[in-house]
Amino acid sequence: MIDSSVLYRKRMRTNRIALVLSMLAMAVGMGFLAWILIVLLYKGVGALSLSLFTQPTPAPGSEGGLSNAIIGSAMMVGAATFIATPIGILAGVYLSEYGRKGWLAPATRFINDILLSAPSIVIGVFIYTVYVAQVQHFSGWAGSLALTLIAIPVVVRTTENMLNLVPASLREAAAALGAPRWKVVLHVVLRAAKAGVLTGILLALARVSGETAPLLFTALNNQFTSLDLNGPMANLPVVIFQFAMSPYENWNSLAWGGAVIITFGVLCLNIVVRTLFRKKI
Amino acid sequence: MRAQRFQDALFHQTTRFFAFSVLAILAAILGSLLYGAWPAIKEFGFGFPFSAEWNPVTDKFGGLISVYGTLSTSLIALVVAIPVSFGIAVFLTELCPPALRSPLGVAVELLAAVPSIIYGMWGLFVFAPLFADYVQPALSLTLGNIPFVGTLFQGPKNGIGILSAGLILAVMVIPFIASVMRDVFEVVPGILKESAYGLGATTWEVVWNVVLPYTRVGVIGGVMLGLGRALGETMAVTFVIGNAHRISPSLYEAGNSIASTLANEFAEASSDLHVASLIELGLILFFVTFVVLALSKLLLMRLGRMEGEKT
Repeated sequence: MIDSSVLYRKRMRTNRIALVLSMLAMAVGMGFLAWILIVLLYKGVGALSLSLFTQPTPAPGSEGGLSNAIIGSAMMVGAATFIATPIGILAGVYLSEYGRKGWLAPATRFINDILLSAPSIVIGVFIYTVYVAQVQHFSGWAGSLALTLIAIPVVVRTTENMLNLVPASLREAAAALGAPRWKVVLHVVLRAAKAGVLTGILLALARVSGETAPLLFTALNNQFTSLDLNGPMANLPVVIFQFAMSPYENWNSLAWGGAVIITFGVLCLNIVVRTLFRKKI
Repeated sequence: MRAQRFQDALFHQTTRFFAFSVLAILAAILGSLLYGAWPAIKEFGFGFPFSAEWNPVTDKFGGLISVYGTLSTSLIALVVAIPVSFGIAVFLTELCPPALRSPLGVAVELLAAVPSIIYGMWGLFVFAPLFADYVQPALSLTLGNIPFVGTLFQGPKNGIGILSAGLILAVMVIPFIASVMRDVFEVVPGILKESAYGLGATTWEVVWNVVLPYTRVGVIGGVMLGLGRALGETMAVTFVIGNAHRISPSLYEAGNSIASTLANEFAEASSDLHVASLIELGLILFFVTFVVLALSKLLLMRLGRMEGEKT
């Protein structure tokens, strides 16, 4: 009896230690998230002001804001989402509606999931070699294209997942009424999965908003407000990068302000999307 | 009727075209990188990844320093991230009160949603000073005295370098590994776990002897996904790795990873050969992450198939 009770106590002890360590791991994870957010609020909220949104990036030591970077980011992210959405949705439709047989669908699914995690800086190098190096200048379009390539896999994946959730009986009912396949897909399946597909687009938007690496040598940067996607364009992530690395205090403070805008924007999008569609993603 | 059949075929082929375009993107990336790197491949041959010389003045380039930086930071990240992610996944699947499961799960995923540049700023301005003041001296005094391994933990204690970059990468990949682990733990049939509990097993014994063996393939897949992420991470590493082109025996020393070299030098590359060498580094990075991510995907698919056979 003594032996078994020693063993019993040892097992209980091991169990308790392991579970405490597991809770500790969770606490560490949450601790880092909290730490980063608190640092952002502490350093960045002081920099938030109306002029951050209305004035362009200043010279070192003078007053200014981030308006040109915000405009540039919005235009490039907007263009990227706009281009990636139809491509991603149509590819997703193929995977879910026509992907039962053949080699193309499994291959696309596989490659898409890899592109989803591919290093974004390589996408930047790719756009540089095929576009920037050919036309000989940095441009907003190059930045948008790089972001598009990052957004497409996100849209493809969520679209396929969401369309797979639409019950087959809906498709069959529509087909039984004599609707051709494309009408079934566009008017029944996609409409039923509308919210879910929108989720994918929002997730893609959130993903590309914070991307810095692919913009470094595609869109480059611009000190002035520019609405011309054909020239170098200011954008929030690259401005944050350059300002944070600079020795000037006012630039550093602007960088923290920009960091707060980006992070809370991206996190809010994520929270909304994930709490609304928790079950489905 | 004929019009409808035509429209159907048109729609089918259109979607097919866009699905195919995803494959085309991959092929285009590989092809263009190979094309762009060609001058460097021709000049330096197969020795490129193993040569430590990187000199834009004499136009001699080799990738060893960057490759070493990428591998060492990713390795550190995995060593730290795997146990923590495992703990988080165990907590979320076995211990967490059901009401908290979803919010905490979302919170872990938010850690993955924070843009990497934010990790970089936090790492450089907040984490590095604390790390230099408190953690590095302590590590030097303890681990630094072990023979052979000790040199890794000696050196300038300024908070930036290979070790800091690896630790920040660890924080960044934890959410990826943890959420894959949580997802695969959730596919373990309840009946298996209940049988073990019925025999009197403790929670830990169920996790270690039932859940983990059953999901081993998926867990490795999750780790590979984390590795793939860590290898290609750019901005956070660029901030804290120190950007010095050298290899040193100490993990406290500054270094460079493939991604940080690209981020720092690409826009200002001096010669054509310099650009080609940088592109070759990109090609190496893309190829390695591709292999790692493909392995991860294959492993996770295997677990999925196992699941399919059982039900």
